[in-house]
Amino acid sequence: MPERAMAIQRVAFALLFASTLLVGLAALAAIGVICVRGTGALSWEFLTTMPTQGMRAGGIFPAIVGTLELVGLTVIFALPMGVAAAIYLTEYAAESWLTRLVRLAIVNLSGVPSVVYGLFGLGLFVIFCRFGTSLLAGALTLAIMILPVIITASEEALRSVPKSFREVSLSLGASRWQTVRHAVLPFAVPGIMTGTILGIGRAAGETAPILYTVAAFYLPRLPRSIFDQAMTLPYHLYVISTQIPNIPQTQRYGTALVLLLLVLSLNLLAVILRARFRRRRQW
Amino acid sequence: MVVDAAPTLKMAVEDWSVWYGSLRALTSVSMAIRHTEILGVIGPANSGKTSLLRSLNRMNDINPSFRYTGRVTLDGRDLYRDLDGQQVRRRIGIVFALPLPLPLSIRDNVTYGPRLRGERDPHRLEELTERSLRASSLWEEVKDRLDLQAVKLSGGQQQRLCIARTLAMEPEVILFDEPCSGLDPVSTAKVEETMLQLKAQYTIMLVTNNTKQAARVSDRVAFFLMGELIELDRTDRIFTAPRDQRTNDYITGRFG
Amino acid sequence: MAWQRWRERLIEFAIRLCGISSIAIVALIFLFLAQEGSALFRTVSIAEFLSGNRWYPISDPPRFGILPLLLGSGLVTAGAVALSVPVGIASALFVSEIATGWSKDVLKTGIELVAAIPSVVLGFIGITVLAPAIKQACGLPTGLTALTGSITLAFMAMPTVVSITEDALAAVPRGHREAALALGATRWQMMWRVLLPAAGSGIVAAVMLGIGRVIGETMAVMMVTGNAAVIPHTFLRPVRTMTATIAAEMGETVRGSDHYFALFAIGIVLFTISFTINMVADLFLHRERN
Repeated sequence: MPERAMAIQRVAFALLFASTLLVGLAALAAIGVICVRGTGALSWEFLTTMPTQGMRAGGIFPAIVGTLELVGLTVIFALPMGVAAAIYLTEYAAESWLTRLVRLAIVNLSGVPSVVYGLFGLGLFVIFCRFGTSLLAGALTLAIMILPVIITASEEALRSVPKSFREVSLSLGASRWQTVRHAVLPFAVPGIMTGTILGIGRAAGETAPILYTVAAFYLPRLPRSIFDQAMTLPYHLYVISTQIPNIPQTQRYGTALVLLLLVLSLNLLAVILRARFRRRRQW
Repeated sequence: MVVDAAPTLKMAVEDWSVWYGSLRALTSVSMAIRHTEILGVIGPANSGKTSLLRSLNRMNDINPSFRYTGRVTLDGRDLYRDLDGQQVRRRIGIVFALPLPLPLSIRDNVTYGPRLRGERDPHRLEELTERSLRASSLWEEVKDRLDLQAVKLSGGQQQRLCIARTLAMEPEVILFDEPCSGLDPVSTAKVEETMLQLKAQYTIMLVTNNTKQAARVSDRVAFFLMGELIELDRTDRIFTAPRDQRTNDYITGRFG
Repeated sequence: MAWQRWRERLIEFAIRLCGISSIAIVALIFLFLAQEGSALFRTVSIAEFLSGNRWYPISDPPRFGILPLLLGSGLVTAGAVALSVPVGIASALFVSEIATGWSKDVLKTGIELVAAIPSVVLGFIGITVLAPAIKQACGLPTGLTALTGSITLAFMAMPTVVSITEDALAAVPRGHREAALALGATRWQMMWRVLLPAAGSGIVAAVMLGIGRVIGETMAVMMVTGNAAVIPHTFLRPVRTMTATIAAEMGETVRGSDHYFALFAIGIVLFTISFTINMVADLFLHRERN
């Protein structure tokens, strides 16, 4: 009898392994295809010159710059607000119906479809606030989208700071804010930082929220201000792979590769930092 | 030996009762703490010693279910109704049971409180650091490496650092909450020696599980049982001729 | 001293404001959607909107029935779930119970990285690699079908399913595992009969969040499903999802037109669906934690 059970186990384990392998191979294949076919396009010119001939030739410089500026602006909005919200939840608010509601709201925000964020951004920032299609509108929309990521990571980071630090600080005559500022926050920075990097990675790769809030179709110049439109990598990739015929495949794969490298290296950075901080922790 | 008359009344506790939610921790405690004395507080676990301690420097405020009735005064002023919590904690310092250095350098640990209070002058901070570390008998061991991370010190050294940290705030009263519970005998001796040296300038209350320590160090001793103050008297009287049977039982080790 | 007090009060106020901002934002999103979307219902009834089977927004007169879109989303989601849930749970079991040491770390990191791949990149792969393959393999006129969408989305939902299932498995107390093994069960029997049931609510939550992820996906599905807003009868033909409709048509609408309002109305439907899924999943996660 046990032989039969062992045989079943062998089969079952083989299936489990196969599933994992399937996912792993599919992932590697997807990434591999892009790397193989896209590396050909990567060159200094590709990365640093403007597109020409209606994006059929030339480089993707404005898309790269646009993405960086957009994401930078997004973080400027999302980081302070997200960290403050996390501080509220861990340091200032006692568990109550209100905090439960706040957490529920955060869970919901993280589940809202990205295109709905786009609609919201369009309605509120582009139209109602009259920012127009601009870096500002896009950044605000993306900021709201990555807020849950930052809040969750910051909350976890704040909670990981031992309670005793707060007690010690208060016992030495510090006020509540001073305690947060000097005895808690500095030690939560690593966790907050990794969370922010993950948020940046997310914001850099999103297309739907920026479709109608910031993205420009063919704008062979850099944005002049935050009220200006901008080209971005995700939108650029979408356009050249679905809207414009007769673009050399290497151009398309090259763009995909650049975007993929950007996002994956940010995420990998966050993973490495997280592991490093965990090891170096002094408590 | 302490004379009964003359020492000034530094803090007074009047009919003080404490609840955490529906759990009553202290019942109608009344006692006084005198300047330049070490008042030892002994009793078994859950007798309310720590609740009393934390009532004195308003650390209980942190607990959302904390309720009280009665009065605690500092120099005659009501601690809870007339004074501000943060101010109280600057004037009444505490040393916790476990050494709790912040993950900062030795110097930054000691100057943490003063800097937050607004002290900016580097000379004054240096002077304060040296004075506090000398007073807690740690200066000689760390004077050359003040930038060392405090967590790298030994347990006994860390605890003396915590004492220095509290002293740097120049408090008037110092509360010790079982400060030697995690320490080896040598470190314990050093801490007790420090307490005796500090006595002349401060008002000190020592909560301890170790009755022998209380006998060694305190001028007067208070015995607590199940949230009530059973007896408070001079150390020699408590340990040789206690008035209450329960005090005697605890001291002689019949329970606790 | 007083000025410092003031400053503290101000900081505390700002912190509290940010704290409850998330509630305000959710409410604001719903409000905006509702305000614009409900304008549609002046000319079109809700029933016709939800059950009408013709989505002809630019014909004259326009028809705004979203049944094809609902079914399109439903079909693609069902396919994606059918693919990703078994594979996802199986992989989670493997990673959490069988893999050890550095291979476990590599796998977990790998899953995290896969989750990070932007949807537009996956859509791109879908168009260039997957669609032609399916077209050839099934002999279809076009490779942009619901099946292509399902496969692509299954790939995107997998990391969600895997990581939440992993958490659910990890939350099962060691005692359960050890007791089963001590009673003579093989490791597989322990996993199948003890572990999975014990992690039940967490796994349900994982599936629900996976569904939420799939329904809400826009770019990848827009790029690979062919965008034919007709009632789907099979996996092997193009379909249109609700998300793709909004993304694809928003640029062509006139602000203030019925088409414009209709897209916002779809937004309301999407928001409601994801709201419900998240609430239910959260309920299951909470039940598991207790």
